[in-house]
Amino acid sequence: MSNTKPKVAFYWCASCGGCEESIIDLAEDILKVAAAVDIVFWPVALDFKRKDVEAMEDGSIAASFINGAVRNSEQEDMVKLLRRKSRIVVAHGSCSHLGGIPGLANFWDKETIFRRAYLTTPSTDNPQGVVPLEKSAVDGCELELPRFYDTVFSLDQVIDVDYYLPGCAPPRDLILSAFQALLEGTLPPKGSVLSPNKSECDECDRNDTKPEKLEIKEVKRPWEVHLDPEVCFLAQGVICMGPATRAGCGQRCISANMPCRGCFGPTDQVYDQGAKFLSAFASILATDDEKEIENIVQTIVDPAGTFYRFSLPSSILRRKRLEAVK
Amino acid sequence: MQEEPFEPNLVGFLCTWCSYTGADFAGTARMTYAPNVKIIRVMCSGRVDPQFVLKAFREGADGVLISGCHPGDCHYKEGNYRTLRRYRLLIRVLEQMGIEPARLRLEWVSAAEGARFQRVCNEFTEQIRALGPLSLNGGKHEQHQA
Repeated sequence: MSNTKPKVAFYWCASCGGCEESIIDLAEDILKVAAAVDIVFWPVALDFKRKDVEAMEDGSIAASFINGAVRNSEQEDMVKLLRRKSRIVVAHGSCSHLGGIPGLANFWDKETIFRRAYLTTPSTDNPQGVVPLEKSAVDGCELELPRFYDTVFSLDQVIDVDYYLPGCAPPRDLILSAFQALLEGTLPPKGSVLSPNKSECDECDRNDTKPEKLEIKEVKRPWEVHLDPEVCFLAQGVICMGPATRAGCGQRCISANMPCRGCFGPTDQVYDQGAKFLSAFASILATDDEKEIENIVQTIVDPAGTFYRFSLPSSILRRKRLEAVK
Repeated sequence: MQEEPFEPNLVGFLCTWCSYTGADFAGTARMTYAPNVKIIRVMCSGRVDPQFVLKAFREGADGVLISGCHPGDCHYKEGNYRTLRRYRLLIRVLEQMGIEPARLRLEWVSAAEGARFQRVCNEFTEQIRALGPLSLNGGKHEQHQA
């Protein structure tokens, strides 16, 4: 009897493993998913290999859920292969959706990253100065490693992406409703982000505590203040990305008394989450005097890294200018 | 083949009430000035979303000028103050992205200041000429290659 259940694949690129965990975190619901679909490829959990995917007919996988950003040639290769074999590709999680935390590497390039990671960190013990090479000879054999890129890419900068499951990692209810929509054939138009198209502030329990006029006199980092667990973070002088971030996360950080970091990315109306937040945030600085404005601006420790924490590769500029890194 | 000399490609966002009228005044008074600034009229300098500035850079601008009413003169009372705050924060972000802050210039030009607009355009053009091209390659940067 031929198996008629839709085939599903999971794959990871430059990621931390949290998105894999988000699938496992479906807990008993994963059994329902496993009963409804046939998982044909999932390197973290099942023993299928690349050649098994290659042997499949093009377009024979109903959906591939790919997490992680793309930053080396192996990842690029694999996602192109999965694209060919899949009818639907879902970017699973912030890194494949926007570039994510690994995307912050776009402030540097391959050389500076390698120097730091393999040579100069205080914990490095590498007297021979060994760094990964694409080709190296060991005991008469030639070994190959993937090529590492200067720039981190979001998934849709490398292959065509049908849907985006946002979040670091995507919450359980969004994953389950994505599966349900996939199985019932009720997916929204191609290109949709599978989360409500409104801002985080719209859903925030603390929204009622936001004063009529927000005014920032000094920017504090969360560890510098004793944060009131019920009051709007911006009203407490702490950067909260809520105004420029898509809703749907279930306020996981906010209910743990941490401000929004922006992992859901922007709403459909916005191209560049960081620039949009910059715009909103600058307009609530509490002075019109140029000197005082500059003083407040200087209290923000790392504006680009904060505003683009999850979205640097998918921003308008994408990365720090390479000429300025070298 | 001889390489063409670098001619700065500049975008200017001018508020309709003061700076655009000032530029118009420079024109009707037949003042001559560097033609490098491509003018985009906006209702208020406060309408200039930082996304517009980044998009201009990404699509090939070597410099971006934002020009509005003098402080206190904004048609909408406080639009230009918002512009000032965004400008101060945006140049910090640009610096982190490897784009010299001097490539983004904020100026106050009133409707009567045609000569000032003339001077701003000339100065800015020469300043960017000295800095050289931004070379974001129309945003193409590094392409991934497998």
